[in-house]
Amino acid sequence: MWKNTKLKYGLVTKVLHWISALTVFSLFVAGYWMVDLTYYSQWYKTAPHWHKSIGILLFIATLLRLIWRFYNVSPANIASHSKNVKLASKLVHIGIYLLLIVLMTSGYLISTADNRAIEVFGWFEVGSLGELFDKQADISGFVHQYVAYSLIALSVLHAIAAIKHHIIDKDETLKRMIK
Amino acid sequence: MKKHLLAATLITATLASPVYAANYIIDNKGAHASINFKANHMGFSVLAGRFNTFDGTFSYDENNITASKITVNIDTSSVDSNHAERDKHVRSDDFLDVNKFSTAKFVSTKVEDKANGKLAITGNFTMHGITKSLVIDAVKVGEGKDPWGGYRLGFSGTATVGMGDFGFKNDFGTVELDLYIEGIRK
Repeated sequence: MWKNTKLKYGLVTKVLHWISALTVFSLFVAGYWMVDLTYYSQWYKTAPHWHKSIGILLFIATLLRLIWRFYNVSPANIASHSKNVKLASKLVHIGIYLLLIVLMTSGYLISTADNRAIEVFGWFEVGSLGELFDKQADISGFVHQYVAYSLIALSVLHAIAAIKHHIIDKDETLKRMIK
Repeated sequence: MKKHLLAATLITATLASPVYAANYIIDNKGAHASINFKANHMGFSVLAGRFNTFDGTFSYDENNITASKITVNIDTSSVDSNHAERDKHVRSDDFLDVNKFSTAKFVSTKVEDKANGKLAITGNFTMHGITKSLVIDAVKVGEGKDPWGGYRLGFSGTATVGMGDFGFKNDFGTVELDLYIEGIRK
């Protein structure tokens, strides 16, 4: 039930997947909205604080997710999928993981460019590694913005593909991530 | 005859300005100069920062102060208020828009002698692509030979800039500039 089997995803994988999906989408909307807040908005400080706190927690969850993935069997490919579909889904999955890691790393580098730590909801702090390269905050900010757009684009593609498999191909692809 | 005339002209010119207007280069290498700013933080306190990268030259003649000139170029991306996130925001198009306007520049147009080492330096200040007249109230701090074979001259100055005058998207009122300029004679 908890672990994956050759036939289906376990509960841990499913919960981590859906929490990540919800969190990534929420952080994207919050990020898009909060950068244009006026200085006098009551959210001006709170929204970035939550965005960063949740981002750090998502990073921890993603590490656990990857560890879980490597110490677990993955369900076998669905037999009815063509070779191209198998390859495409593999590439999209790898792409999403890579973009997630780059996204969270770049976010961390913006806020820690001046030796300040990131405070996570006042529970604990994630320390700075100092300024690792010139113009760190600006370059990381640029990467953070465009990688976020890319991740959302890829996630939408991923979701459309899942729905296509469910409605048009009527196969198990989406079902085995839910049931 | 012509030679005499030339000699006479040269002598007259020399006599008319016994001390030539010396040219100075702002000592940014040794960081004996700083461009600082102060902004009001919502009426609670003062936020201070500075521009770390700039260069400039000036000329100064003790006997002909009004002929003095100064030019300063500021690298706007070097803004530093000791907070990476804020500096990133100040560099963005909400404020300085440094990708479009990478330099701010002050070029003096008129220098008035206010006596006792005080000067009023009027000039064109260009920032964010907009040029406005700006007056710097300056005070000569001191001049003389340094122990390393050079000759130095220094001023301090203050000026007030209205953020609204320079077309920033965000306007937090006026910003005070605190300038400390030390030049090494060329």
